[in-house]
Parts: sequence; structure tokens; C-alpha cells
Amino acid sequence: MAEFKEISPNASAGEKLLNWVDNRFPASKMYKEHLSEYYAPKNFNFFYFFGSLAMLVLVIQIVTGIFLVMHYKPDAALAFASVEYIMRDVPWGWLIRYMHSTGASAFFIVVYMHMFRGLIYGSYRQPRELVWVFGCAIFLALMAEAFMGYLLPWGQMSYWGAQVIVNLFAAVPFIGPDLALLIRGDYVVGDATLNRFFSFHVIAVPLVLLGLVVAHIIALHEVGSNNPDGVEIKGPNAPKDANGHPLDGVPFHPYYTVHDILGVSGFLLVFSAVIFFAPEFGGYFLEYNNFIPADPLKTPLHIAPVWYFTPFYSMLRAITSEMMYVLIACVLAGAYFGAVKTNLPKIVKAGVVGAAVFVSLLMLSIDAKFWGVVVMGGAVVILFFLPWLDNCAVKSIRYRPDWHKYLYAVFVVNFLILGYLGVQPPSAIGERVSQVGSLFYFGFFLLMPIWSRIGETKPVPDRVTFTPH
Amino acid sequence: MKKIILSLALALGVVAGAQASSDGMAWDKAPNKLNDMGALQNGAKIFVNHCLNCHSAAFMRYNRLKDIGLTEQQIKDNLLFTTEKVGDTMKSNIDPKQAKEWFGALPPDLTVIARSRAGHNGTGADYLYTYMRTFYRDETKPTGWNNLLFPNVGMPHVLWELQGERRAIFETHDGQQVFKGWEQIKPGTMNEQEYDQAVGDLVGYLQWMGEPAQTTRTRLGVFVLLFLAGFMFIAWRLNASYWKDVK
Repeated sequence: MAEFKEISPNASAGEKLLNWVDNRFPASKMYKEHLSEYYAPKNFNFFYFFGSLAMLVLVIQIVTGIFLVMHYKPDAALAFASVEYIMRDVPWGWLIRYMHSTGASAFFIVVYMHMFRGLIYGSYRQPRELVWVFGCAIFLALMAEAFMGYLLPWGQMSYWGAQVIVNLFAAVPFIGPDLALLIRGDYVVGDATLNRFFSFHVIAVPLVLLGLVVAHIIALHEVGSNNPDGVEIKGPNAPKDANGHPLDGVPFHPYYTVHDILGVSGFLLVFSAVIFFAPEFGGYFLEYNNFIPADPLKTPLHIAPVWYFTPFYSMLRAITSEMMYVLIACVLAGAYFGAVKTNLPKIVKAGVVGAAVFVSLLMLSIDAKFWGVVVMGGAVVILFFLPWLDNCAVKSIRYRPDWHKYLYAVFVVNFLILGYLGVQPPSAIGERVSQVGSLFYFGFFLLMPIWSRIGETKPVPDRVTFTPH
Repeated sequence: MKKIILSLALALGVVAGAQASSDGMAWDKAPNKLNDMGALQNGAKIFVNHCLNCHSAAFMRYNRLKDIGLTEQQIKDNLLFTTEKVGDTMKSNIDPKQAKEWFGALPPDLTVIARSRAGHNGTGADYLYTYMRTFYRDETKPTGWNNLLFPNVGMPHVLWELQGERRAIFETHDGQQVFKGWEQIKPGTMNEQEYDQAVGDLVGYLQWMGEPAQTTRTRLGVFVLLFLAGFMFIAWRLNASYWKDVK
């Protein structure tokens, strides 16, 4: 137990109250640790706005969500009408709804930018592995949250999107059909599905999400923030002032609170422009088909998930039975590399080859659709392992070999192309491009232990690069 | 590296091009009537007299028509059936079973029809504006009507009294039917210009009904953005005044 502090009887009422609280709850301590004496590097750039913006969007989604739930009816017969009721008859309902629907897309934009920042500046490297892992878990929870929320308006796209994705689970060998049934609660997406998705969307997943966000921030404040130079400002050799505070850091409050307010104002400007002038965003934030009530008897010609899922959806579609041979070749090539080019013990090598042959046989015998699901899931799961894949001597892209920059650029372009193809109806050339794109995506991560070591890094400075404003 | 990006971009372009060419006939641009109260009121009248017999607008309340400048009394006198109240939603009296017998399908609800029909070729209003102007006589169809934009449509030409009856002239090129033009068989009560105007009003109304708050939304949006621009200026100066001490 902490020491019980007495306060002078002449202190003001406010000080007395704070002292009373501090003796019972670490209010001042937490305020210092997380705000007024949390030192963050002073060289944050544009990309560092997106963490606090993700928090802002989370709050927007929760608050608007609370008000939507007051009027929304999670019932297959009433859901579509209740959304229109919110849009028409509930005072300011249209604004709340557009904030929530635009907020969903904004959340993914902000989170993708945040992840990209982590990727290029090596924010996942030691000692920040858990910050990154919690972040990936947040991304996964966010995907679940968005997917289940998208069913709720009960339009054609809501319905058939859910139908297609839940059917994917049916491709799992042995337990697939029962698993899909368990998720839907019915043989097709129906009222039972809507009810359970509603429950998950408003209670279960947000709880997990909030818990993970807290873990993400606690882990971050334990190890301290990275920065665009990848220089440790709090390390044993880092320059510090007389009080032991890092010279390259500034207290989060007030410096980054005012800085983030500037970021918030810029974000809100763009966010409001969309809400007030293009809430459908050309059919990408609110799909046109979703203004038709769900009809289990009428399959839309073209079912596409919302834009933020499309890179992963593209990878799912890329896995055709033809593509399986390429993947088998990749597995066997990997095993060959492990068996011939490494110095592993013989028994391990035998295990590697055996496993590769076994996996190849599985890949031949199980439907490509299942492997598509595996690839789509793997594309997200592989992000968790990033801290242990990167072997580069430096953290930040700034001091990596030049060709690394180009590789990251291609990675981003590739991700965007996959996203674009996921929106489009299937086509022969699109399929080829998405297959190459998927191979590149996985190659980027799986070969990272090798390529990240190659090339000459530039010298990392002792202090962060900072030009006073 | 640039070559890779270039070739990927090229592939992307090919895919996009293939996509654009497969979307059917072009849609005519619908006139924008969202700020023309007279046109919207005329559109509402056409809607109630012609569309509402078979289609509902089940999420739209009659009294919301006050937003396009009608008084409650005007709505009661001109647009309501005697049994309805002004706070009711616009429901058609058609029996769903009969509707299915007559048209093969239940006529869709029209509340948000203008929002749902948007696509690569234009807005939902463009679609509807084209659709309502491309009906033609086709004796091979059960209703005796067909549509250029929506071939084999279940709906007959409801506004035929206004437009009159037309035949579509097709020519066959390489085994494909190509539309060549119209031939008026019977004149309607309106000439072509008047009819286009009336359909424009109707479509304007449908567009407005899809989201009655849309004019409020854009009007309010201007003030919100102006406020945020001011806020951003203050935030910028506030940030600068704190950070000027950081060396």
C-alpha cells in the first residue's frame, strides 16, 4: 500500500480533495504517468496523428452507436424500416447514422495509416512487440466488428455479403457445415443471424476492443513511443536533463495534446465533408444495393464486400484450384530450401520435408475454396509475426537501404491494387493480377527474415532529427 | 521497380476498361430539381396519382411533404385518400397477391428507389429519368409494353396517357439488335418536351424522397466546414505557441 499523505490544513479545498482521492486511488499518479510526465519523442510527423485519431473514431462509433441502438430494431422484418425511420423521423437521426457509417470507413482509413506508420518506422521492433501484437488483435476485432455491423441495415449487400462470408466457413473440412450453421443459427442468413450479429456488434466485440485498446496503450506507455528515426529516447545512453527526463522527448501533455487537437481539426474537416456532402461516397461507404431490402430469393449480380475488406477478399478469390499448384510448389521449394541450404539438425530437416509433403497432400485433396479462406485469414494473422520476421539492423525506413523503400512502396501499391480488384467483378486478367499480388504479399512477409538482412544500412544518429517549428 | 508499378497500373487500367464497357446502355442525365419546390410538388402529384396505385413508399410520411412547401391542408385536400391521416406513411392499396399475379413480382417500394438505382452509369435519378422515358409498345410481352433500359420489365407504361404510345425501331447488326429510334404510334396529352419536363419533376421528387434531409444536410455542411476551418486555424496557432519553446 502506498504511503498515506497528510496535507497542510491551510491547503485549498481542491488540493484537499485531490489528496483525499490520491490516498485512495492513483489519480495524480496516473495523470503523471500517462499525460503530464509521459515523455514522447519530439520528432513525431504526420503519420503519428493516426493513433489518437483512431481513439477519436472509436469514441465517435461508440457514442453514435448508443444513439442508433435506441431506435434500431434487430428484427429481420423491421430492421430495414427502422434504419429508414432513423434517417427520416428521428430528429438528427440522419446525422447520427451518417456519422456511424462514415465512421466505420474512417476507422479503417485511420487504422491502415497507423499500421503503415508502424511498418515503415519499425515500431513493432524490440521492445515494442506486444504493442504491435495488441494492435493486430485490435485490427482483427475491428474486422469482426465491421463485418457484423454491416449486416444490421439488412439491405441486399448486408444480407448477401454475410451469406457469402459465412458460407466460407462451411469450406472447413469435417466441421465446416456445422460451423456455418452455428454462426448463422439457421440454414440461411436470417432473423437468428441478425440477432446474434447485433449482440456481438453492440456488446461482445466492443468490450474486447476496449480491453485491447487499454492493453495497447499500457504496453506503449511501458516501453515508450518509437519515432520516425527509430532512436530510443529513453535508453540508458540517451541524453537526459538534470531531472532524468529525455532531452529528445516532450511531455505528452500539453505538447502532444495541442498537437493532436490540430490533427483532430484536420480529420474532422475531412470527416464532416464526407458526412455532409458525400455520405455514400460514390457507393463505397454506403453501397447502392444496400438501399434494397434484403431478399433471400434474389441474389445480386455482383456481391462485393465493403472497400476495407477488399484486399483480403481479393486474396481469397485468387486461390483457384489452378493456383493451388503454385502454392504447393512454394511449399515444396520452402522445404527444399530448409533441407539443403540450412544447418538444421537432420531430424528437424526430415520433419520439415515430411510436413511439407503432408501439407502438399492436404492441399491436393481439400477444395481450393478452403485454402482461399486459409490465405485470407493468414494474410491478417501473418501481421502478428512481423516483429520476429524483420531482421534488419535498423528500425526506421530512413536508415534502411534505399531499395527497401522501393520494396515498401511496391507493397503499398500491391495492397491498393488488391483492394481495387476486390471491388470489381471477377475477370480473367483480374484473377491473374490478384494471384501475383497475393504471392507478393505473402512473399514480402515470409521472405522478410532473408531480404531484410541484405543491403547496407545507413548510420543511425544518436539524437532524433528535429527542426524547431 | 518503376516497370513493375507501370505494368501493374497498366493491368489495372485494362481491368477497369473491361469493366466500364460491360454496363449496358448509357443513362440520360436527369435535371437537378432538388431546389425547385414547384417541380417537386408537381412530381409529388404525379407520384401520388400514378405510382402510388401499385407501389408504396412505406417509409415516407405524407406530412413530410411540408418540407417541399405544401401545407398540411393542401396535403389533405389533394394527395390523401379519405381514410388516411396526414401522419401516415405512403402505402399503396394494391393486394400483394393480385400484384404478383398481374406483374409477376411485387412492385418494389419506392421510398429509397433513387438511392438504390445508382451505378457506374450515373445517379439513381439518371437511371429513373432514362427508364421512365424509354417505354415502348411490344405486343410479345404480357403487359404489351417493354423498356429499353430494363428489357422484359414487369411494369407496364403507367404514364402512357401523357407520353402516348411509341414503337422502338431496331436494326440488326452482326446478329445484334441495335436501337435506332422511336416511332410515335398514338400521340399523348403532352409533347416530348412537356413529357420530359414531367418525368424530370417526378424523378426530382423520387430523389428528394430518397433522403428528405439532403438539402438540410448540405446547407448545414457549409456552416460546419466553416466552423471547423476556424477551429483548425485556432488549433494551429495554439499548437505553434506551445511548440515554439521546443528546441
